[in-house]
Amino acid sequence: MRLTTLALILIVMALAAFFLGRRRAIAIGGPPGAARKLHSLPKYHGYYASLWCVLPGLVVLLAWAALSDTLITSRVIDSLPEALRNQPEAQLSLTLNDIRNLAAGQMVDESRRAEFEVAAGLYTELRAASRRILSGLIIAVSFLGFAVAWGRLKPQFRARNHVELAIKVALIAASMVAILTTLGILLSVTFEAIRFFRQVPFADFLFGLNWSPQTAIRADQVGSSGAFGAVPLFAGTLLISGIALFVAVPIGLMIAIYLSEYAKPAVRRVVKPILEVLAGIPTVVYGYFAALTVAPVIRQVGASLGLDVASESALGAGLVMGVMIIPFVSSLSDDVINAVPRAMREGSYGLGATKSETIKRVILPAALPGIVGGVLLAASRAIGETMIVVMAAGLSANLTANPLESVTTVTVQIVTLLVGDQEFDSPKTLAAFALGLVLFVVTLILNIIALQVVRRYREQYD
Amino acid sequence: MLLMDREKGFAAMREPADGREPVAATPVSPMVIADAAETDRIAADTVGDVTAKDAVICVRGGNVHYGETHALRDINLDVGRNEVIALIGPSGCGKSTFIRCLNRMNDTIESAKVTGDFRLDGQDIYARDTDVVMLRARVGMVFQKPNPFPKSIYENVAYGPRIHGLASNRAELDDIVYGSLERAGLVDEVKDRLDEPGTGLSGGQQQRLCIARTIAVNPEVILMDEPCSALDPIATARIEDLIDELSQKYAIAIVTHSMQQAARVSNRTAYFHLGRLVEVGPTDKIFTNPSHKLTEDYVTGRFG
Amino acid sequence: MAAPLTPAETRRRVDASLRRRYRTERLFRLYGLISVLLGVGFLVILFTTIIGNGYGAFRQSFVRLEIQFDPAVIDPDGTRTPDVLASADYSQLIKSSLRQLFPAAEDRASRRELNALVSSGGAYLLQKMVLADPGLLGQSRDLWLPADDEVDLFVKGSVPTGAAGSEQERLSAQQIGWISQLKAAGRLELRFNTTFFTAGDSREPELAGIWGATKGSFLMMLVTLFLAFPLGVAAAIYLEEFAPRSWLVDVIEVNINNLAAVPSIVFGLLGLAVFINFFGLPRSAPLVGGLVLTLMTLPVVIIASRAAIKSVPPSVREAALGVGASKMQMVFHHVLPLALPGMLTGAIIGMARALGESAPLLMIGMVAFIVEVPSGAMSPATALPVQIYLWADSPERAFVERTSAAIMVLLAFLLVMNAAAVWLRNRFEQRW
Repeated sequence: MRLTTLALILIVMALAAFFLGRRRAIAIGGPPGAARKLHSLPKYHGYYASLWCVLPGLVVLLAWAALSDTLITSRVIDSLPEALRNQPEAQLSLTLNDIRNLAAGQMVDESRRAEFEVAAGLYTELRAASRRILSGLIIAVSFLGFAVAWGRLKPQFRARNHVELAIKVALIAASMVAILTTLGILLSVTFEAIRFFRQVPFADFLFGLNWSPQTAIRADQVGSSGAFGAVPLFAGTLLISGIALFVAVPIGLMIAIYLSEYAKPAVRRVVKPILEVLAGIPTVVYGYFAALTVAPVIRQVGASLGLDVASESALGAGLVMGVMIIPFVSSLSDDVINAVPRAMREGSYGLGATKSETIKRVILPAALPGIVGGVLLAASRAIGETMIVVMAAGLSANLTANPLESVTTVTVQIVTLLVGDQEFDSPKTLAAFALGLVLFVVTLILNIIALQVVRRYREQYD
Repeated sequence: MLLMDREKGFAAMREPADGREPVAATPVSPMVIADAAETDRIAADTVGDVTAKDAVICVRGGNVHYGETHALRDINLDVGRNEVIALIGPSGCGKSTFIRCLNRMNDTIESAKVTGDFRLDGQDIYARDTDVVMLRARVGMVFQKPNPFPKSIYENVAYGPRIHGLASNRAELDDIVYGSLERAGLVDEVKDRLDEPGTGLSGGQQQRLCIARTIAVNPEVILMDEPCSALDPIATARIEDLIDELSQKYAIAIVTHSMQQAARVSNRTAYFHLGRLVEVGPTDKIFTNPSHKLTEDYVTGRFG
Repeated sequence: MAAPLTPAETRRRVDASLRRRYRTERLFRLYGLISVLLGVGFLVILFTTIIGNGYGAFRQSFVRLEIQFDPAVIDPDGTRTPDVLASADYSQLIKSSLRQLFPAAEDRASRRELNALVSSGGAYLLQKMVLADPGLLGQSRDLWLPADDEVDLFVKGSVPTGAAGSEQERLSAQQIGWISQLKAAGRLELRFNTTFFTAGDSREPELAGIWGATKGSFLMMLVTLFLAFPLGVAAAIYLEEFAPRSWLVDVIEVNINNLAAVPSIVFGLLGLAVFINFFGLPRSAPLVGGLVLTLMTLPVVIIASRAAIKSVPPSVREAALGVGASKMQMVFHHVLPLALPGMLTGAIIGMARALGESAPLLMIGMVAFIVEVPSGAMSPATALPVQIYLWADSPERAFVERTSAAIMVLLAFLLVMNAAAVWLRNRFEQRW
């Protein structure tokens, strides 16, 4: 039975359980309008029956989904001829893949077809059997669940409380997804990173000055160990992010100041949404723009000044990234500037200060913690930004502070290492996860500090 | 004891402390003639002498609109040199609006429109060539809630002299800061911690710091917008003493909700009602023998 | 201590400082204005570049050819079986038609140049026509076939012929001559480029379209919407209405705020490690893309939903509880309907962000070159922003205008979504 059919059957059963449960509640509770004998409304009895019908089935389905594949695979492996069964693990999993592909009717290496045909047949058969058992089991469990619920429906039964408890558990589960996501990121990235550090020493990675993972494609190749010194990547990331912040912070801050302190309301109403459009543009568009428009312009300007500019210079990527962050900085600054109490401004104006004096000497110092928090958030954005640098920054890991040269960043390397054909156990692939771990930890620290600073700042003026 | 109770009673009726009182005129209690037209009829002309000997500020036909709201109607009033004038009246009567006109603080409110003749030493405050910076240096202001800058005590007082270039060197600046703190009666309390933030002081000290900050610019007139409304009675008493001392040197216009305070610190009192200046006169006359019915109702506590 | 300044001296000193101070003031204001102009100016440049580059892609050069569906070429044995029909050499038909038009091209070199005028995809179109209707054999049709991308660029005038920098002439003088002859004969014109909106990806610019990528994006958005919205709303309800003050709730809150700021590529790593390597879901599948984007969008939806719930005044809650509703009933009957517009606004904004996201999709294999339009959430697909990335990397110059055009389409989608969010907010926003 197909999964969709099974789902359909379950839905029908759930609906039936709801109506039956409700009818029974009405039957035992007496006609509506009569003295209230029921604790809960009939529909809650219906929901209750329905939940008992569906939830056990779902549990069975999930358990089966988690377990069945392992069971089937082990049975298939057992059935394999001796020579195949005793292969090393990596090869065994390749063989299994071939068997699965063959069972799915896809092309396999013809020369080995005969070898796998039996196993593939067994695999298909077991899967079909598993499906049948699962379908039967789920339907049976659902009936059983419904029967249990049916037995409990009595006038005094607190159906609503039970249903609400179930809903509450679902709500809690939903809010756990956020934690699970963080855990998932942390575990998956750390797990792979540890595997990487077993092959490449941690210190070599963190302090090494030479990055050339491309040499490590095949195990028998000369110089197969590759070089995984990530310092050039960190330096490149810092260089490009630094350029971006250098562009975004003053401009974003001045925009926020101008719009909140100088501009007429009409101007503000028009300009603010226009600038917010900048924030809504996908990064891939910025990347395209950086690579196709900004980089050539920088090159030409550089050439006319007699400078040698790389076609994928850090400057181009950094400038465009800066523009991307401008609305981010300006809206955060706008928030903190507006949080400075009006009384502070009036105090300054009352002494005869001009607007710019008030802004520079009173508002900005007062808003400084909030602005710093905003800049930290912007920095974390810049460090984690991917598409702009993938499209407009280079691949060569130069250790340089010259913005006219080409540098590479952590995110660029993650993408290059993981896009395309990959061998899962090679240090080259695992290095991407080690870089991901660094990226996650650094941005996490920046975010936590920034959010804390901003929150403390807000509380100060609440 | 009686005084304390009155204080509390008034505290309950004070305008919201967010300093935005002038923007939205709140209606007064129903006992009062709450109708603007009615006020126009019975208080169209101010009772008492609006002029002052040796006037430093002179207002004739002053009107203020906040958008649709007519917040001040045809005000005529002088402020004399070395006098303390108290402006009293129920919430939303326009007294704060009035003093904010005198150093053009209303400029910062977008919807405010001021018309009429406002003069400082004969010079039109709202003339095109009048410089706001200079005007505010000459007419200082102390606000309802103490609002020290988030800087050190020293920097708070030095702020005005610094931006206006009043001191040519550090020693002169030190002199100004110490002198101002001294005249504000704060120097003994803070002289050992001038580097600490001004926001760390108590409410009363903060307000005296704000006064020190204002007199550091050496103004000719000081406007005070309910300077004690956020303070306890003891801190209030100290500020009142201070006002008394300052009146030797400066002209002071003080908005207050406390009639006791008005009686204690001022020479003259002006009673405002729904945007009209109802009555002006020597303070003791206003409180003992008011001429206008509205003033009498207010000072006898029939409404507020 | 020195005597305080006299009023006159104070006035003199203030006066002396005024000129300098007003100059600083004007300068500062000017910096602000320049910053605003820079921001707006950049936006204008970005849009003009993209629209200037991209609007051309909505039209495409077609050549009208008299195609003779010659059975001798397609099916010499007369079997008429689909296999034979499918494997026939249809380009032969185009070549002979071209030869008829320009009989002067006799040597091999000029024939090759002549044949290069029409897209190699033309043969594919003819094959499709014949397969759909084998009755065409033996007949002749007047057909508009897509021109080659170089011809297309030449016709649109976006190629500076023989300009410095182009390493070789893309079109020979002879070809240019033919093009003007075709134009004069009304056999070459720019027509609306339907291919761009209906086809999947292709190596040939003139055959490449965004439909495959758009459908991939649509399937992902569907997955994201159906997961992120209910999960986000449920989490927000729990955190705002039910959660007791405890360390666990604090952890969840800090978590959500941080997740909103985690770089998107890290979500891609998560998707690769968990969904693909651990759960064994297929690479390049919209389902996986949707799951990754769900996790990315979830914090945005939760934060917006919490704000929406918070804005429902407590009086509504008290009124509901006061008439004897249970807490759950209060939430679902009263708070939720009032907060729903705000939640939807947040969800749409989150979805718009997800729609433009490409970095995590690179991680889970959605960058593969996929010609087929995806048929479901498990079939290999790419997404609109990733398609843009792929085309931006393509060497063919004709992809430049298609990239820009794809960006225009993507921006149009985003514009519609954001406009919907704004409309929703204005329409249903209640001020309490």
